[in-house]
Amino acid sequence: MKRREFLKVALSTLSALSISGLSTKKAMGFYACPKEFHAVLVDTTRCIGCRSCEVACADSHGLLIPDPEDKTVFKTLRKTDEKRLTVVNRFETEKGEVYVKTQCMHCCQPACVAACLVKAMKKREEGPVTWSENCMGCRYCMVSCPFDMPKFEYDKAFGRIVKCDMCYGRIIKGKVPACVEACPSEALTFGTRRDILNEAKRRIYTKPDTYIPYIYGEKEVAGTGFLYISSVPFEKIGLPTNLGFKAYPEFTVPFLYSVPVILILWPAFLLGMHYATKEGRK
Amino acid sequence: MDQIARNTEKSWFLFLVFKLLHLGIHLFGFLIFLVRELKPKGKILTPFNVITLPIIVAGAFFAVEHMFEGLSTGTNVSQEFPWGIFIGFNVMVGVPFAGGAYVLAFLVYVLNFEKFHPIVRATVLNGFLAYAFYASAIFLDLGRKWNILNPIIGNEFGVNSILFLVAWHFLLYMLAELIEFSPTVAEWVGLERLKKILSSMTLGACVFGIALSTLHQSGLGGLFMMAKNKLHPLWYSEFIPMLFFASSIPAGLSVVIVQETITRRFFSHRMSESYLRNYDDIFIWLARGAALALFVYFFLKVLAFIHEKSWVHLWSPWGAWFLFEVIGLVLVPSFLFHFGQARRDRRIILFAAILTMLGIIVNRLNYSMIAFKWYVPFSERYFPSLQEITITLAIISTQLWIFRWVVNRMPVYEVPHVEEPETERTFVPELGFTMANGGEKILKKNMKEV
Ligand code: SF4
Repeated sequence: MKRREFLKVALSTLSALSISGLSTKKAMGFYACPKEFHAVLVDTTRCIGCRSCEVACADSHGLLIPDPEDKTVFKTLRKTDEKRLTVVNRFETEKGEVYVKTQCMHCCQPACVAACLVKAMKKREEGPVTWSENCMGCRYCMVSCPFDMPKFEYDKAFGRIVKCDMCYGRIIKGKVPACVEACPSEALTFGTRRDILNEAKRRIYTKPDTYIPYIYGEKEVAGTGFLYISSVPFEKIGLPTNLGFKAYPEFTVPFLYSVPVILILWPAFLLGMHYATKEGRK
Repeated sequence: MDQIARNTEKSWFLFLVFKLLHLGIHLFGFLIFLVRELKPKGKILTPFNVITLPIIVAGAFFAVEHMFEGLSTGTNVSQEFPWGIFIGFNVMVGVPFAGGAYVLAFLVYVLNFEKFHPIVRATVLNGFLAYAFYASAIFLDLGRKWNILNPIIGNEFGVNSILFLVAWHFLLYMLAELIEFSPTVAEWVGLERLKKILSSMTLGACVFGIALSTLHQSGLGGLFMMAKNKLHPLWYSEFIPMLFFASSIPAGLSVVIVQETITRRFFSHRMSESYLRNYDDIFIWLARGAALALFVYFFLKVLAFIHEKSWVHLWSPWGAWFLFEVIGLVLVPSFLFHFGQARRDRRIILFAAILTMLGIIVNRLNYSMIAFKWYVPFSERYFPSLQEITITLAIISTQLWIFRWVVNRMPVYEVPHVEEPETERTFVPELGFTMANGGEKILKKNMKEV
């Protein structure tokens, strides 16, 4: 290999290195967290379906306030959308009617955060997963979220991604989320995730006849910020049970790790091939 | 001392004025050249124009409308199906279709496989145009369009996102392709010096471009890694990125085969003698490559299938759809390619290429909308709206228009000849005919010696 050719190979390797460095540096930055995550316990055995949480949520987020007296809404299975960040659904089970509140689950290692290419989705140190204005509206977070929670305001030219933010603004001021505050039957409990898990376990141990011995969200997708306990199996009340225990961002890790390897080795290898075949032809 | 200084100053000034004038004349000449070249060549009222022009106009209208009204005007994307055909078709299918550019660049510039040289420029041009137009499709699809530069200017760098990598690699690859194609432009404008400089960058651009292509072709598949619970298990596999990369090779080659069939029909007047002579041979070699690449892709598909133990899902309508894709649109065309090249039959090869392209379309649509959220009932599923389809067709038509414009003007289909000094022909009266390159001087010298 001539000196110039060597230089070419070296240069392309170097530039590849710098670009790939860009891509893996801090790749998994959101793992480390000095503060403790907060969490909300949803005790479905206590929920009476009054929808006060829906009203409080809409009120504190400036959305259209629903009418809690309207009981016809329970006839269909509702989903959250860009105009309501939380909904309560009714399920007929062998233990009678069970009401289940749904909203963003605030995963400990969220897929949407790993998906976002401008870091508009952030996992805050306090636990909430929040969205910010530098989003470009690619909606990759919607494709990735295992719970389908991010929703987009399609009817605006400059819409936002909307979803429950665990009332981040209230939490940093030391208040509890609006829905928790509004709940009249203490179906919702707010605290650090560790305390919440302990409380959930305590309830299950002290009333083994009421609860099934499982905390939904303790291990699902490596842990979520909303935890559910219930008297009936969770697939009966509409929570997805096929998600597995692996953190969703980990599915992308093998690919992300192969990027610098390919960017470094491929060009050098290709150039080598080029000079080899060139000599051969002459 | 002073005198000299003043004189040099003066001469510098004169020199500058002279240079500026010179440049001005050049620019003026170039402008005239450009205006002349911008005029359409050939007939205007061709069937192609008559069909595509209204589509382009309508598409542009819809695009502008939806840009100012928000995505719900004109598109059917929903909370359930956030990605429609702009991403699911234009990008997901368009990128592997443009894969021919990196495959041919690899064969010609890296492996020195000279046989494909005549078609490499057209393919790179096509690839570049394709990418430029996906960028526009992405722009149309974004919900917050004016933030499109955020991942590039660092507001903020989402380095842990596969989409971030894909976006950057897209951009850099477009640059690489531009460099690969630029010598042709320089030749067209007549800037020989510039062309030499640009040509010397080709190899670097190719090598870099191939690495980038490897990554973003597979990266597009990587986007679905986190849609694990949404994709039908027959399609989800940890090898999606590899499968996307492997399938982009036969996809790219098939598109080249179709492209060359069409351009041969319509642009043969622009093609060099040697290309037309070798046309059949090139075709056969493309088919050989495609047969092999397609078979490798099939093999990987089977490996992924076995690895995921997916056979339990085969006995269902989805299983039939899967088998149709993998056997009917991958294995069959692979054999057809082989068969066609053995019999040297261009029609079979063309048919196989079209089948392969169909297979890629079906495969990518499966990932982006058909097997994606397969559990959602039919009534809530995504179907592209009329406006979306029009915009998509308009994008493709515009691309074809530009391709035609360039091929009709720039030396796309000429083998870049080895640098020869300008031929000077002089008449040699002693011999009674002209001789080139100062041959007559050598001749005279030799004659004297004799
Ligand atoms: S839509 Fe916005 S928040 Fe979601 S991934 Fe794209 S840029 Fe990030």
